[in-house]
Amino acid sequence: MAELLLELFSEEIPARMQMRAAEDLARLLGDGLKGAGLSFDTVQSFATPRRLTVVVDGLPARSPDVSEKKKGPRVGAPDAAVQGFLKSAGLKSLDQAEIRADKKGDFYVATIKRSGRATSQVVAEILPGIVRNFPWPKSMRWGSGKLRWVRPLHSILCIFAGKVVPFEIDGIKSGKETRGHRFLAPKPFGVRSFDDYVQRLRKAFVILDPREREAIILKGAQKLAAKQQVVLIDDMALLAENAGLTEWPVVLMGSFDQNFLSVPAEVLSTAMKAHQKCFSLCRGDKLANRFIVVANLKAKDGGKAVVAGNERVIAARLADAKFFFDHDRKVLLEERVPKLREIVFHEKLGTQYERVQRVRVLAREIAKLVRADPDLAERAAILAKADLVSDMVGEFPELQGVMGRYYALDQEEDPAVANAIGTHYKPVGPSDDVPRDPAAIAVALADKLDMLTGFWAIDEKPTGSKDPYALRRAALGVIRIILENGIRLDLWLQFRNLALRWRRHLIDTNSAGAFEALLAMPAHIQATPEFEALLDRTLFEDAVRAVTENVFFSAVADADNLLAFFADRLKVHLREQGAGHDLVDAVFALGGDDLLMIVRRVEALGLFLDTEDGEHLLTGTKRAINILRIEEKKDSCSYDQPPDASLLKQPEEMALAKTVDEVERASVSAVAKEDFEAAMAAMAKLRAPVDAFFDHVTVNTDDPRLRENRLRLLNRIRATTLTVADFSKIEG
Amino acid sequence: MGKLTKADRPHSAPSFQDLVLKLQRYWAEQGCVILQPYDMEMGAGTFHPATTLRALGPKAWRAAYVQPSRRPKDGRYGENPNRLQHYYQFQVILKPSPPDIQALYLDSLRAIGVNVANHDIRFVEDDWESPTLGAWGLGWEVWCDGMEVSQFTYFQQVGGFDCDPVSGELTYGLERLAMYVQGVDRVFDLNFNGGRGKDKVTYGDVFLQSEQEYSRYNFEQADTKMLLAHFRDAEAECKALLAKGDDGKRHLMVLPAYDQTIKASHIFNLLDARGVISVTERQAFILRVRELARAVCAAWLKTEAGGAHA
Repeated sequence: MAELLLELFSEEIPARMQMRAAEDLARLLGDGLKGAGLSFDTVQSFATPRRLTVVVDGLPARSPDVSEKKKGPRVGAPDAAVQGFLKSAGLKSLDQAEIRADKKGDFYVATIKRSGRATSQVVAEILPGIVRNFPWPKSMRWGSGKLRWVRPLHSILCIFAGKVVPFEIDGIKSGKETRGHRFLAPKPFGVRSFDDYVQRLRKAFVILDPREREAIILKGAQKLAAKQQVVLIDDMALLAENAGLTEWPVVLMGSFDQNFLSVPAEVLSTAMKAHQKCFSLCRGDKLANRFIVVANLKAKDGGKAVVAGNERVIAARLADAKFFFDHDRKVLLEERVPKLREIVFHEKLGTQYERVQRVRVLAREIAKLVRADPDLAERAAILAKADLVSDMVGEFPELQGVMGRYYALDQEEDPAVANAIGTHYKPVGPSDDVPRDPAAIAVALADKLDMLTGFWAIDEKPTGSKDPYALRRAALGVIRIILENGIRLDLWLQFRNLALRWRRHLIDTNSAGAFEALLAMPAHIQATPEFEALLDRTLFEDAVRAVTENVFFSAVADADNLLAFFADRLKVHLREQGAGHDLVDAVFALGGDDLLMIVRRVEALGLFLDTEDGEHLLTGTKRAINILRIEEKKDSCSYDQPPDASLLKQPEEMALAKTVDEVERASVSAVAKEDFEAAMAAMAKLRAPVDAFFDHVTVNTDDPRLRENRLRLLNRIRATTLTVADFSKIEG
Repeated sequence: MGKLTKADRPHSAPSFQDLVLKLQRYWAEQGCVILQPYDMEMGAGTFHPATTLRALGPKAWRAAYVQPSRRPKDGRYGENPNRLQHYYQFQVILKPSPPDIQALYLDSLRAIGVNVANHDIRFVEDDWESPTLGAWGLGWEVWCDGMEVSQFTYFQQVGGFDCDPVSGELTYGLERLAMYVQGVDRVFDLNFNGGRGKDKVTYGDVFLQSEQEYSRYNFEQADTKMLLAHFRDAEAECKALLAKGDDGKRHLMVLPAYDQTIKASHIFNLLDARGVISVTERQAFILRVRELARAVCAAWLKTEAGGAHA
């Protein structure tokens, strides 16, 4: 067993693309090897700014021999068929084939033997294709060549079992050499194995493993911070980016003028991060006037010049940010609102200004449902997007909302209004907080529902991996706001009402749509002179009705579709929280759109099924459902009539009939009171009689009347459990 | 931590004009044609026909030049320490891009006195796109201790046409670079001529008044009605020249037509600074200039320098 080492050495690869590219390279190489019949133990991949590296361990020296039988034509088949067979099987004459017999007669069979090939040869064959077709998000040509890579590719190191695997891609010959750090160890050197490669790179000031570079940065930053009694503000994305910008990370600390601390911490942190990739530090709950910069160099002067240079750039950046902050506060947020007319939100959905007008109406409506002050919610909705046209957000789009909140506080808006502006985009990620304040909830929900129903109305739904408007995130945001704040909301109705507004709006703004509807009317009506003049009142009203109906049906379809989308999002969300998707399905099967109640049901159901009673009842119910499914299909009828009490013969069936009625009554009343624990407790009482019934009573007896009655009794089990969930959807 | 001491700075930091002279000398040694600035107002050195047009077609080409760049919107009446409506770019184009272009670039930094053993030089992803020229490329911004000192681009398309071979384009922001090597925080304090005491001429001595005057013109006084007419005239003349210069096989008047594209582009920038172009109109203006650039580039490919066969 031997080791294959591959390194593709290029000019600087964008930090954000490195990890994915290393993984892609490992996957493509692994698939290629497997496709050629070569198995291996492990494949690992690494990336630095200038190289992608893959090491495959446990490869055989050759791929195994394969022999394969190929069926040919019948004995005595026409010559053309025989010749074709010989050619495709690589035989000289029929003597080399054997004759086999099957039901239809004798036919020829060829045995094709393919001997294994040297692994090195296989690798040399598959790599050029992998390099040429590599899935970079963006690639380029350089010089006079035709090859595409993310940036110019300079050399390829490829050794198998210590020997160079020879191949060539557009003039780049594979070899056993690589280079170290651009400034600290630029000379090429040869390597013998992966271990040797890693060691020599380290001596040449290159840390191959990005995880190790991250660890070095993190540890170094924490150590420097501790020395100054400050704390590093964690930022995983920034850490990964810095690891992607350095082969030999050296952590340094710089400082900036105290006076900048009058600018909000988010602004300073963003300015240092977005432009300079620097980490922020804090002292207590306040930002410290220091920063961490990661250099790619062990400087001769110990980093003095690097720190001084970065301090000057940071000072200029912070001065810009302070200028924006001071300048922005000279304009009231409401004075900025008209400028939103110039910002197109979406070509078909209008400008941000129009969006604000819709969201403010909706925020008022939702405010009533979430016990928020409608005036505060509306005020926040009016101002929520104003910061989009501020200088600061123009420079740092990621500060949207955050700046709105500061500017609102500055102009002495109600704190609830400022808070609602600041949190209305939230939650922006799975670990982000949801708005908690009623007015903030109203605006955040209004903002997301307007967006979702809008995109549904123009049929721009997420498909597969494509979700350019982050609608999945918006839906999950709505779900989390509802669940984490315990909000009761008739989602479908909200969807439909908004969809109606959208559909009507789209017709209004697109009068061509109305005319299309008119023109789509039957030809015999169009042929009348009345139609041409559009003077006939009834016809005209019919047309209007047709358009209206179209609007209404489209809105209903949008609402149905969007609710189904929410159901999927909820399933994903609950699954991430540990609930089985089958439980969610079992509860969703009952219909309903009150997310909070659905989740409470799922929780109660999960707890119940974890008990012994629950487990047994599930088994019994599923058995009943299976028997019914089979028998109802056989008899082409359903047994959903009540059982006849006079036909209940055995004590177990009498007991079951009695209990099932009691349980159903108790469950229905508990569900009506939204007490799902009580409903489950009622279900638990069903377990013993169901078990006893299956232990002692034969359903499919010879007496057809008894059989039918017992099937009806089984149906009662099905119907009763359906008051809490569809048990047939539950696994187990 | 702390400020740079004198000893950390390169020995006798080059003056602003030294920087230009050193870069010119260095790139001349790499076989570049050292051109003088193009005699028209433009937003960036890329607009110079020595880059835009020469990047197209099969012929090898190496050139370097200083180009005054006009960005009317970036003017700050001389009050901002590093924003100017007129500044200098040093532009290098190497076609085809040589395999050692990064090393050549780093040597140019050494040539102007940047000690790469003490400074953190980084190539940070930055793709370049010029919507008005219909051009794009991949590359980096080059950082020196966190300061962006150059743009480095491999041209992929110009005027919508593939660049084959690919040109490597290097753009040095001269003021920023000079501020860096001289350790100066305010552009107007740059030592322009290297003189000391009474003999010293600063960047402010040369350009402060001009920044103030042009900011007034760009933001307040430029006659927008006249500019709109000029834009239409330039557009019409460009199209007319393109039509008249085309003899079917070859094109005989590309460069005059391209001048009109440059002119239209600058007038658009002025109108933009005057705030008379709405967001939607903006897109339409950009498209109109791009159409001109595209047609000019197509015509260029029908000239001898553009590689058309006789």
